[in-house]
Amino acid sequence: MKRSIPILPAITAIVAASYFLVPLFATFYFSLKMTRGTLSFASYQSVFQSDEFLATLGYSTLASLAAIVMGAVIIVPTAYWVRLKLPKLRPLVEFISLLPLIIPAVVLVFGYIRLFGSNSYLPMTSTDHGTNLLLVFGYVIMSMPYMYRAVDNGMAAIDISTLTEAAQSLGASRLRTIATVIFPNVRASIIAGSFLTFSISLGEFVLPSLLNRPAFGPYLVQLGQDRAYEPAALAIMSFGFTWGCMVLMQAFANKKPGQGVLPRLPFLSRKERRA
Amino acid sequence: MTMTPTAVSGEDHAATPGPRLRSTFGWSWLGVVPFFVFAFLFLIGPLLYLILGAFQNSDGAFTFDNIVALGGANIVASFSLSIRLSLLSAAMGAIAGLLLGHAVVLGGLPKWVRNAFMTFSGVASNFAGVPLAFAFIATLGRLGLVTVLLRDLFGINLYAAGFNLFSFFGLALVYLYFQLPLMLLIITPALDGLKSEWREAAEILGATRRQYWQMVGLPVLTPSILGCFLLLFANAFGTLATVYALMGSGFDVVPIVLFQQIRGNVLYNPNLGYALAVGMISIMALTNILYLLLRRRAERWQK
Repeated sequence: MKRSIPILPAITAIVAASYFLVPLFATFYFSLKMTRGTLSFASYQSVFQSDEFLATLGYSTLASLAAIVMGAVIIVPTAYWVRLKLPKLRPLVEFISLLPLIIPAVVLVFGYIRLFGSNSYLPMTSTDHGTNLLLVFGYVIMSMPYMYRAVDNGMAAIDISTLTEAAQSLGASRLRTIATVIFPNVRASIIAGSFLTFSISLGEFVLPSLLNRPAFGPYLVQLGQDRAYEPAALAIMSFGFTWGCMVLMQAFANKKPGQGVLPRLPFLSRKERRA
Repeated sequence: MTMTPTAVSGEDHAATPGPRLRSTFGWSWLGVVPFFVFAFLFLIGPLLYLILGAFQNSDGAFTFDNIVALGGANIVASFSLSIRLSLLSAAMGAIAGLLLGHAVVLGGLPKWVRNAFMTFSGVASNFAGVPLAFAFIATLGRLGLVTVLLRDLFGINLYAAGFNLFSFFGLALVYLYFQLPLMLLIITPALDGLKSEWREAAEILGATRRQYWQMVGLPVLTPSILGCFLLLFANAFGTLATVYALMGSGFDVVPIVLFQQIRGNVLYNPNLGYALAVGMISIMALTNILYLLLRRRAERWQK
């Protein structure tokens, strides 16, 4: 008694697809209307010609990259060590790494401002460099749940104790084991976590806004108040950027150690046909 | 700290499958020190500072005044606004996500429909913040494409009919753009877990479709649905950037109020700020604990 066209599910899917696609299409169309009477990419040009756009985007890119590197340097050895030597600490480490999920960014940065303010023991916010560092640390914390889980899943997929044993019987020091054996084997997981971190921190608004940093998020908000068409162009670009990050993240998350750089992407081709 | 004793006893336990490394006896806890120091300085420390500050007055003496001050009319109003908005958007996301999940997982649609929705949801659930607000302004704002098209082509004036993107319901509609995909992503495993044998058994025993859902499907799904609902609630509750980009600083949900407090745009009282922060953390923590309890219950059926 199978019907060939399930009507109700089809309608549901179409309604949902329109809800998802109409705003994207409308925003794209809106972004093309900057010059009166014709459709053009003028708003995109205007965005790219703005010095402030490039400066803030550059700043946020740098901050995000720094957060990725710092996050990897802290989390990879920890995840390795906990799996290898201290499995009893695992629930605690996992709990701490998931804790940022329940801490809204505004609360976290409030704590930073009070704890590292100009009259505290560690007055990080009184210098530019200190504040930049604080922003990066904030992003490391905010992305920790995703980074830790990505890396830990990666470690679960390889036999770290055998690898460590092999490296040590060949005379490798502990640091060398981590750097040349463990790290390359979980590289794909780290990269997967990195793309997620990147998509979270690049346009993030709350931290830089309250720390007074010239980052991309606050610039976006300002632009939204001053302009009409450029925000639409940026929304489209930002959607494309998020999409790119997620596709690359999935690609790397599914990659096995030793596999080629470009894994098979059956879901990608399907999706492209659709989009 | 608690690290040392656990670390030492963890030593013999740890080496069972792995190699027994030389010269590390009793010192292996050193390997996790950087992580704990970092987490303590930049996560736990700031939180403790806020929590302790919530119970102190400006001279540092212990007091409940700040917590009592949370009962003030303004703050109660903004907590109530935040909670109502989060409840509404979580309910919309949960219901829509469940319907869509049912359609693409169990509805007999081609496999590529499901894949397309899942991939898209992975992106859309991360597409929040300022750009999302821009997209909806370009779509349903006063000069948005859909608003204008409806007016010019069909003579429907949305704003005259009472719709306003820059309102409580408008915000809920915007939130749906990341809530619905999130719901779809997290409810799909539960829908996949509904075994076809259960349905067949019900059919053989003469159950109608409605009876199957009422007596088998929904009871099995309920803990999952409630758990997902709570996650969506927390997701909405912490949202700041989208609201700020859409409404400016005038829409007093709790994160915005705290944001304004920190910026010093309103009467500045740090200890009251701490109490606000503690209020937010409590709600988020409670939501997540309930979620974990419900998930435990939901997982009974997923093996």
